Amino acid sequence: MSLARRIIPCLDVTGGRVVKGVNFVGLKDAGDPVEIARRYDIQGADEITFLDITATSDNRGLILEMIEAVASQVFIPLTVGGGVRHIENIRDLLNAGADKVGINSAAVAHPEFVQAAADRFGSQCIVVAIDALAVDATNSRWEVVTHGGRNRTGLDVMEWADRMVRMGAGEILLTSIDRDGTKAGFNLPLTRAVADGVSVPVIASGGVGTLDHLLDGIVKGHADAVLAASIFHYGEYTVGQAKSYLASRGVIVREVA
Amino acid sequence: MIDIAIVDYGMGNLRSVSQAFKKVAPGRDIRITGQAKDLLKAERVVFPGVGAMGDAMGELNSRGLVDALKQVARTRPFLGICLGLQMLFEFSEEGNTPGLGFFSGRVRKFTDGMMDPDGGRLKIPHMGWNEVDQVKSHFLWQGIQDRSRFYFVHSYYAEPLKGELIAGTTSYPRPFACAVSDQNLFAVQFHPEKSQAAGLRLLQNFVTWDGVAK
Repeated sequence: MSLARRIIPCLDVTGGRVVKGVNFVGLKDAGDPVEIARRYDIQGADEITFLDITATSDNRGLILEMIEAVASQVFIPLTVGGGVRHIENIRDLLNAGADKVGINSAAVAHPEFVQAAADRFGSQCIVVAIDALAVDATNSRWEVVTHGGRNRTGLDVMEWADRMVRMGAGEILLTSIDRDGTKAGFNLPLTRAVADGVSVPVIASGGVGTLDHLLDGIVKGHADAVLAASIFHYGEYTVGQAKSYLASRGVIVREVA
Repeated sequence: MIDIAIVDYGMGNLRSVSQAFKKVAPGRDIRITGQAKDLLKAERVVFPGVGAMGDAMGELNSRGLVDALKQVARTRPFLGICLGLQMLFEFSEEGNTPGLGFFSGRVRKFTDGMMDPDGGRLKIPHMGWNEVDQVKSHFLWQGIQDRSRFYFVHSYYAEPLKGELIAGTTSYPRPFACAVSDQNLFAVQFHPEKSQAAGLRLLQNFVTWDGVAK
């Protein structure tokens, strides 16, 4: 078995510009998605995820231009999430050069949208993003939430993940809202429950502060891929350093020469 | 004369494929086209695709592309990618669909519940970067280190009847044919257009291939 675990840097964008502080040495324009994506590509990122954090109908065009520009320079898979609500949004993103799209609140509002999207474009490009909040202190049951945790849905994460896979999700992006932004590490019981519970790949997200957190997400959480934002953005670690560390601990990664 | 025609039949990431060719073949006439007449006047043809095989065959038929494809696939350098590899076979278990039939053998689904040697669950689709063993030397492998990783995303794989067709294998968990070749045909299950340096090199090799050299 030689399939590599994937390391996926995530970039927050708005209006076609990267908004979270990116701290690469020598970067001319900290907000330029093309330049940042190229850096990550050179470092050995296995994919790049763009999250359109203020996606509105007014600025859809800007994210399309951005993806077009990135896709002409960076030849690894690109995922775009945020504001994907209609079949046309997906079509436009794929035509611009995205390989996968992330669907989050639109799936909660209209589960059949996931099915329609998978039927039309294939499961391989449909990532369902699930934001999970622990129901109580035992951290053994989780509720699906949206809008950063502000909206509770009453849906059980395990049932929801299973339903989304049956609807045609090709991958699950699982974010622990309890851990997001804390740098305390992934929510490992959550990650493991979902990763073991569904037949499709699961990307763990939310809480990464150290390289050991990435390792734990894979080894203890059974994640197929790990996503992180700030540890890469602020120059604490390069993707290459993360991969070298994981490889030294026996994780199969794609090492870049 | 079109240098590189990329077959458009409504199934997939044509833009990514064309962007990658623009990168490796600047100044060449690269055309995304769904016109049979364009395919027939192209120097080389790329047949990409993602999605379900039944839909794909339906699209090829309704767009009147089957005859032209059969003709160009016998007469000039021809590269199949992903679904474009699977379609070259006789038959797919996906919707029990007959394919174009250039290669004998069938396309099968990965079995749910496969495990890796450590007891971990193997997910379907097979998604991510996996090693490719170059089991046969070929012009398209030139300059690419054996066992380089390429990006895969698929739930079905081809099982050629004739072992000599197999140009590359990947393990998930058992080896399967991820590259097949015969004369002017070369086809890959992975996505060279999304496989960074190794993938771009394969596309560059295709652009300079005469369709004969091994």
